[in-house]
Amino acid sequence: MSPITELERSREAVAPPANAVAVAMSGGVDSSTVAAILHDRGRAIVGLTMQLWNQRRLPQLQGDGPKQHRCCSIDDVYDARRVAEHLRIPYYVINFEREFEQSVVRPFVDDYLQGRTPIPCTLCNNHVKFDQLLATARQIGAERIATGHYARIRHNAATGRYELLRAVDESKDQSYFLFGLKQEQLARTDFPLGELTKQEVREIARRLAVPVAEKPESQEICFVPTGNYVKFIEGYLEEQGSSLPQGEGEIVSTSGAIVGRHTGLHQFTVGQRRGLGIAAGQPMYVVALDRVKNHLVVGEDRELRRSICQVRDINWIPYAVPDCVLEAAVRIRNRHEPAMAEIAPTGATTAQVTFYEPQRAITPGQAAVFYSGDRVLGGGWIASIEDSQTPSQSS
Amino acid sequence: MEPYFTANFGNAGSIHSAGQRARSAVDAARESVAALLGAKPGEIVFTSGGTEADNLAIFGLVGVVPDATSKKHVITTAIEHHAVLNACEELERRGVDVSYVPVNPSGIVDPEDIRRALRPETLLITVMHANNELGTVQPIEEIGRVAREANVYFHCDAVQSAGKLPLDVESLGVDLLSISAHKIYGPKGVGALYVRSGTPIEPLFRGGHAERDRRPGTENVPGIVGLGEAAKLAAQKMAADAGRIGALRDRFQEAVCRLVPSAKVNGDRSRRVWNTANLTFPAAGSEALVIALDLQGIECSTGAACSSGAVEPSHVLKAIGLSDGDARSTVRFSLGRFATDAEIDEAIRVLPGVVERLRALSPHSVTEVSAQ
Repeated sequence: MSPITELERSREAVAPPANAVAVAMSGGVDSSTVAAILHDRGRAIVGLTMQLWNQRRLPQLQGDGPKQHRCCSIDDVYDARRVAEHLRIPYYVINFEREFEQSVVRPFVDDYLQGRTPIPCTLCNNHVKFDQLLATARQIGAERIATGHYARIRHNAATGRYELLRAVDESKDQSYFLFGLKQEQLARTDFPLGELTKQEVREIARRLAVPVAEKPESQEICFVPTGNYVKFIEGYLEEQGSSLPQGEGEIVSTSGAIVGRHTGLHQFTVGQRRGLGIAAGQPMYVVALDRVKNHLVVGEDRELRRSICQVRDINWIPYAVPDCVLEAAVRIRNRHEPAMAEIAPTGATTAQVTFYEPQRAITPGQAAVFYSGDRVLGGGWIASIEDSQTPSQSS
Repeated sequence: MEPYFTANFGNAGSIHSAGQRARSAVDAARESVAALLGAKPGEIVFTSGGTEADNLAIFGLVGVVPDATSKKHVITTAIEHHAVLNACEELERRGVDVSYVPVNPSGIVDPEDIRRALRPETLLITVMHANNELGTVQPIEEIGRVAREANVYFHCDAVQSAGKLPLDVESLGVDLLSISAHKIYGPKGVGALYVRSGTPIEPLFRGGHAERDRRPGTENVPGIVGLGEAAKLAAQKMAADAGRIGALRDRFQEAVCRLVPSAKVNGDRSRRVWNTANLTFPAAGSEALVIALDLQGIECSTGAACSSGAVEPSHVLKAIGLSDGDARSTVRFSLGRFATDAEIDEAIRVLPGVVERLRALSPHSVTEVSAQ
């Protein structure tokens, strides 16, 4: 009898222990400490590093300006591997360059070309880290994923849903970038740092002798090595054999007067003051980007203050969809102090947000994230801003 | 090897006794390597590995012909290792014409295609013996005849076939042939190029007179001794390995195809080196498959080790007509001299379940399947 016949009988799904956790390791102190904490607790873990962007692309962007922290640089993979070796855990680098370019880099460039200001970290969270990486983790036998994000996840027994909460350390809170997580993603995710302060994380890293305990934090967009996103967009378009759809155009005031010229709308974001090159009695700011006319609209600080915006592609977290108008604190950019607003759903994934007090520089492409206390109720992308001077609430 | 790191630390280029001991060891290794290839010891040039041997053959030969002469032309295939492929692309940047001859869907090149690619100015034909991803064995003897008839130099990258197939430079009809020590259980970082007597070769580096001026630089004595020993063992064990490992490979492949009916074997089954099984598991995703199997103690590879992590699917799999999706779902199992029945049993037991799980949870499955 062939031994294979026996093997066929004993065929079974094979996987590591059912409680194995995949740790997304960037090589930084936070995710390295997550690996160390879980390992210290005796969990079976697998370290995974995502290779997201090939730094050999766009070589013209290297070496200008200060040496910044880079995404997927050899040094970061080296650090992550060093931590994995220190902990003696299985560790792999997985190539997601294709997915990252498709889901993050191209939309990032397109958003700027459309006059929006994107958040690549959220795109990555939604489409790569908590999607592709989680799927790969499950494929290789880890049912859960742990990351170094500062946020908390709680299961609500009454509703049966998973809820997203701000981090205990408000100064490190990253819940703003995580509003897009769906229930099935939250159900399989651990944020071990959400209950800790940065100080505590550093202390744990030192106590567990994590090799990168003293590494400085990164702030830049990971795939823009120098922090110069304008050069990145121009370099990327050139590499792709295309060019800026619109080049030079006029700078106009809110009253329509031409006050100067700009060299491409992609260089500007709402609220920006620097780089306008116009002289005026008052400080002038970018108020809007008019892509149709290729106009950069500028105005005084007070003209940046708006009350109403339309939000699209909303992900609701504690409920599938709210059944009434909500009152919530709304954050319109990272580090923005959430402001009270009325959120009126206009569809399953769209809403009109009306702030009680006008907010400065509400920016299309950024996210509006709705908070009730520590809980994230949901969030979506700011699609358009309406002029508070033309009150729609009067109707 | 070990004494040459410590007790026999002499430089093989020195006159004193310690140097002479090192020289003798290098010479003995040269004889062993020459014996494995049916060559004369003086025709063996030690290098830092297969890549350097390939580069020395290609740039060394093309470089000796002055640029002032007419246009130069080189013929190679679409499935060469990057050591040859990228060297040829560099030749193109330097103004040399290169023809990349395709292979059939089984991964074999047709010698007649090589003949048709010949031009009056053709200088060199370079074709690998066994392909490093598929294991397919190219008809080197026939190509050797084509080269001889046309009076064109012929280089063969035999890195993957050394120790697996008998190599005789006379019957293969090659002028240049590359091997690497670590593919025959020798140390990494050492290899050799066979250079037929009378074949002109320009060195890649400038320096002293080592390796008869063909490869300046102090010899890597321990590495060369290791290569020599590995060559000796390969010659002794080749026949036995071929029988036993070949049977294990066939049993593994047959069982996997039975247990995973959608699995496909790539490469001509009757013209492959006996240790390689290149398998496509549609919609499983090769990277996750390699990791999942590694976590189960089974080590296999995506494509070539040298290109793992690359975004583009393997040029070899594309050359045999695999879709991008299938190429990204293909892994290579290479069985070594020390593979056991029990290990193969374990791999057969584990693999189907892992593939099933990968497919069920694949983030790509929907798009990749619909793309076919």
